[in-house]
Amino acid sequence: MSLGKILAKRIGYGLILLIAVVVLNFTLITIAPGDVADSIAGDMGGADAEVLAEIRSRYGLDRPFAVQLGRYISSIAALDLGYSYFYNAPVTELILQRLPATLLLVFSSQILAIAVGLLLGVMAARKPNSFTNLIVTFLSLFGFAAPVFWTGILLIILFVAIWPVFPVGGMMSASLIDALWYEQWINIGYHLVLPMVTLASIYLALYSRLTRASMQEVLGSDYVRTARAKGLAENKVFYKHALKNSLGPLVTVAGLQFSAVISGAVVVEAVFSWPGLGTLALQSILARDTPTIMGILFLSSLVVIVVNILTDMILRMIDPRIRAD
Amino acid sequence: MSEINTQIKDVTSIQATSSLREMTTMFFRNYAAVAGLILLITILLFVFAGPWLHTTDPFEMVWAPFTMPMQEGFILGTDYLGRDILSAMMAGGQVSLAIGLAAALVSVTIGVSVGAFAGYYGGLVEELLMRFTEFFQVLPTLLFSMVIVALFGASLLTVTLAIGVVSWTAVARVTRSEFLRIREMEYVAAARSGSARDLYLIFKVILPNALPPIVVQANLMVGSAILFEAALSFLGLSDPNVMSWGQVIGSNRPYILDAGFAVAIPGFAIFLTVLAISLVGDGLNDALNPKLRQR
Repeated sequence: MSLGKILAKRIGYGLILLIAVVVLNFTLITIAPGDVADSIAGDMGGADAEVLAEIRSRYGLDRPFAVQLGRYISSIAALDLGYSYFYNAPVTELILQRLPATLLLVFSSQILAIAVGLLLGVMAARKPNSFTNLIVTFLSLFGFAAPVFWTGILLIILFVAIWPVFPVGGMMSASLIDALWYEQWINIGYHLVLPMVTLASIYLALYSRLTRASMQEVLGSDYVRTARAKGLAENKVFYKHALKNSLGPLVTVAGLQFSAVISGAVVVEAVFSWPGLGTLALQSILARDTPTIMGILFLSSLVVIVVNILTDMILRMIDPRIRAD
Repeated sequence: MSEINTQIKDVTSIQATSSLREMTTMFFRNYAAVAGLILLITILLFVFAGPWLHTTDPFEMVWAPFTMPMQEGFILGTDYLGRDILSAMMAGGQVSLAIGLAAALVSVTIGVSVGAFAGYYGGLVEELLMRFTEFFQVLPTLLFSMVIVALFGASLLTVTLAIGVVSWTAVARVTRSEFLRIREMEYVAAARSGSARDLYLIFKVILPNALPPIVVQANLMVGSAILFEAALSFLGLSDPNVMSWGQVIGSNRPYILDAGFAVAIPGFAIFLTVLAISLVGDGLNDALNPKLRQR
């Protein structure tokens, strides 16, 4: 099968998954006790049955389940995720406003984790009895066991309370709202450091351990021995032959982990009041703002599906052996 | 020559009889695993036997808020309401450990069932069940369980179910691949030719032999369920009437710049617990898969 055909198949399957996600969310929200009308009535300080019925008919909540579901799916297809009565704004607009902040946090932390993880993993594999190896072992235990919000809070205590070098939270200083673009960007980068390091800490541990394991496996294989036997410089054996082949597991895991990374971002955003999707999700969940919650679940599933497809394609491109099936 | 031969025979006979006793020896030879086990037992004693020695009510306001640790007779200090943190650590630990264990049980039950049926029957059943698993992998776990807790109310039961329902996919994958492997073994064919029924084959013949990797995975599940519960209660999505480690962190969080210890201590407890569990898990993994160790 050609790459194009596989891609088409994966996208078609991704669409089915996405519809399944929408159906599940919609079903859950319908069977849960209480609905939008109840929350609006709660905000108004109570309402009688007549008003409740009017709210329900205005939002189409009195229609049969299948009709509501069909309506919702067709409006999503038109990129309309509904209207948030809590924020008084279209959900699509709300989400698009917050998405860049989350993507910035998620991708920068992943790049940091992969870069440092690769470096540490390779160094540890190169010298099994070295200090680096010990660091990787320690990091991988810490990364799994430390709650991510705790890591974040410890960093705040260290770098904000004890030694104040970083801002406590937010994404940009309010005073810079009219400043030049590069000043704003520098300021955002400055705010990004702590959340990025916090989120990266979990995956740094995973990636360094994984790189070490796959490097050790590759280094024991025949073709590496051949490369060494023909007198290739050790650096070349390492970085050109071995590293290339140990990238596969890293890409696979990085792709598979992506839905967990989004979960981690939700917590990190809450710790550092980073104005992204996670903060929006938490606020709308606490406010029972159903359209926004569903929109966020839909969008984050979409992001995960897209990343999974991309991972699959990258794997096929870097490793010709997978192309066959 | 004959000496070497007998040695080889010895080696094979050792490998063949990988008994429980050997696994225990294997486990106890692993210092990290033993350290983890001791740590875990200490934590269990602290959490469950501690309240007998230290009887302060965790919900009672006993002193001025934010008394530093080791002052005024409060070993771990007091929180933002002036409640004893040491008592909160014990009471909260009971809840955190219980939820971790229960949620892991839920996810292992779902995961093993899905994986076992998929691996045993193969074909269309496998295809459908694995697609179902993939579907759950696409859902962002924490967001989804936040939604479940918010919709159905924050009680111990909903929190446990919400964690269990989103975290079974890894168990299902491990179980399926073990079943795929063991299904082809001769003793399964032998049992089948003795006209054993499917359910008997799945749960009495194959499952016991597929247990080692599942046990390791289940053990890790407990650790990640504790972390999961902590994250949920940190975000304010847990039963407000029940104290857990995550909740102590969440409720003291607004004051981190003034009293970091009220947040650092429960976080450290979670860290130690999950660390102990994963050390024990690594030890189990090595003891149950001696082949992996030789690599």
